[in-house]
Amino acid sequence: MTTTVPRPVAAPTPGPLQRTTPTFVGMPKFPKAAKEALANTQQRRNLAHATGVIRAKRAKVVSELPQWEDLRLAGSAAKDELMTHLAAYLEQLEVNLTRNGAQVHWARDAEEACRIVVELVKAKGADEVVKVKSMATQEIELNEALEAAGINAWETDLAELIVQLGHDRPSHILVPAIHRNRSEIREIFRREMHLVGRPAPEDLTDEPRRLAEAARLHLREKFLRAKVAVSGANFAIADTGTLVVVESEGNGRMCLTLPETLISVVGIEKVLPTWQDLGTFMQLLPRSSTGERMNPYTSMWTGVHPGDGPQEVHVVLIDNGRSHVLADPLGRQALRCIRCSACLNVCPVYERAGGHAYGSVYPGPIGAVLNPQLRGTASEVDASLPFASSLCGACFEACPMRIDIPSLLVHLRAKVVDAKGRNTAEGRAMQVMAWMFGDHRRLEKAQRAATFGGRLLKGRTIHSIPGPFAPWTSARDVPNPPTQSFRQWWDARRSDPSTEKGAGS
Amino acid sequence: MTTSSAPSAPSAESRRNDAARAEILSRVRGAVTDIAAPFGTRGESPRIEQTSASTEATVELFVENVIDYKARVVRVAHGGQSAAIAEALAGATSVLVPAGLDPAWTADLPDSTQVVQDDALSNDALDAVDAVITSSTVSIATTGTIVLDHGPGQGRRALSLVPDLHVCVVSADQVVHDVPEAVARLRSTVEAADGSGMPRPLTWISGPSATSDIELDRVEGVHGPRTLHVILVEP
Repeated sequence: MTTTVPRPVAAPTPGPLQRTTPTFVGMPKFPKAAKEALANTQQRRNLAHATGVIRAKRAKVVSELPQWEDLRLAGSAAKDELMTHLAAYLEQLEVNLTRNGAQVHWARDAEEACRIVVELVKAKGADEVVKVKSMATQEIELNEALEAAGINAWETDLAELIVQLGHDRPSHILVPAIHRNRSEIREIFRREMHLVGRPAPEDLTDEPRRLAEAARLHLREKFLRAKVAVSGANFAIADTGTLVVVESEGNGRMCLTLPETLISVVGIEKVLPTWQDLGTFMQLLPRSSTGERMNPYTSMWTGVHPGDGPQEVHVVLIDNGRSHVLADPLGRQALRCIRCSACLNVCPVYERAGGHAYGSVYPGPIGAVLNPQLRGTASEVDASLPFASSLCGACFEACPMRIDIPSLLVHLRAKVVDAKGRNTAEGRAMQVMAWMFGDHRRLEKAQRAATFGGRLLKGRTIHSIPGPFAPWTSARDVPNPPTQSFRQWWDARRSDPSTEKGAGS
Repeated sequence: MTTSSAPSAPSAESRRNDAARAEILSRVRGAVTDIAAPFGTRGESPRIEQTSASTEATVELFVENVIDYKARVVRVAHGGQSAAIAEALAGATSVLVPAGLDPAWTADLPDSTQVVQDDALSNDALDAVDAVITSSTVSIATTGTIVLDHGPGQGRRALSLVPDLHVCVVSADQVVHDVPEAVARLRSTVEAADGSGMPRPLTWISGPSATSDIELDRVEGVHGPRTLHVILVEP
């Protein structure tokens, strides 16, 4: 072994933040949006049912693998290796993609990525594209950009179709229409399908099988005629140049196979260092995501395959705030995320508030740590997201990439508070607390005052308090102060001879 | 291909792309200056997998898991393929046969079944065919997954996608126990180290197409073949 000279260590430089897309500009802060969502009983019932089902499925298939923890460690190590040498792996990926006939495009931000895709579609003379469900294209609001250029973007994943036809926003990473139940879906199909293609069958019921069949019939003509498809990628493997899309319905295979041109929009953190790493990730992702041993279909392509599938293959690599996240030594672990949505399904806050309150295409615990890092905390919603959690830790337990979401939330809370400065109600309260805890006599005095209050209340509960602390009580009761502090009890116990003797025997 | 070697002046788009590329690479380098780890020192990534008590146990597990996805599985002894295929295709009026498929496999098909060869069929022509027969390249027991590499006997990707019934022949000796072993076996296919000179695409199939998008209620059969019929050939 030769000894290598370590590189000099310097403070990292963050790249630019992601600009908030028009859909989410001016979103209210999380507590306000969550309160509105909580009033929607139907949505809450749909969510409780759906997350309950998927939690049980996941738990069952994860328990089948005795080495689950080793897989999590291997997966997070592979992503950490990627982050450490991201530039080198991106260059390697580019070489392998171009060697196999794919064209690689680089996009610094959402606007640049959208412009690249719109120009590629226009160059093919197409006025429509079929789309595979992709978080990256939602993040950059590609559909809106395509529509502005007069290009129809047809979402082909069933849940995305429901969202698109319902003029709605996705509320879950994996099941974007998780907030809709079967009868709502039937109504949307009957009302909207005939406006954009083959109408829903006359006798459509709300049976899931019939609804899925309606989607099959509606989308078939679009798959067969489309000249251009747009996808994302779950993985892009650096040492082979292979792109991987994991799906269930076959809409992905249709889009990735039938059109002449394929454009894949891929976040720079989606790279896997080596082909062998795929063996780890293909065990972690399906079980964490849909709670299956394996998802029905996975497509892998390595550039252009002569005589098979699209003969023009483009890959658009996007930064869009990721290099900003990468510069935070603690925060960068959020880039390990493989968008499985396991953290959403186990989160008590998500289950009740739903996905829309997070003000981004990335909802739930991962959204609460990703959005404020990608977009910064200047907006109301982004500054409120690190607080949209009870820090129960279920998300960390469920995360196949071992992203320590609770620690990141605390880290981001500190950043938000630091940015606000000390001259806030909370800041002043903390200064008073520091002064009080700084001297035991002050603390004892304060405790005597509190226990006096506790004796006055006699077990009644304070539901809300006025003044600067009112927001704190909007979602909680005030815990009653005890009638005796520990120090008072200790002093009383020491001066009482009977307890002194009892302790010795 | 990139235009870096072209002697003529680069286009505005290629200048933009070069600038974006340089900037992104510089950003991601600048973002990790706190980590002093030289590139290329990571050893081989670990291969974490379950092992099998016996080949028989592996095959049994594979069958169990495929059935769990609501696919049909028929087990035949070597030589029994053609009869099993004919039975699987009962009711289909037309069937796609990819180039390179063992001709003996279609020997028992009745005259009423139209055999369609793929001579660059259009998407609409594919859509008019009822069924497809393919072989496969490797299968995984722990997950009930069948992998096609779209070589001879498997056809281009669209063939096993558009028709509504997919009859897939799996040889018992192609069944590996766990995912990492399959990934290791497939490496040569994507790297084109198998002498073909070109990497091949892969399709991993675990049961018929399905969705759980409506109330997380699983429905088998959406856009891909709604019926997957596996014929497992044992020695």
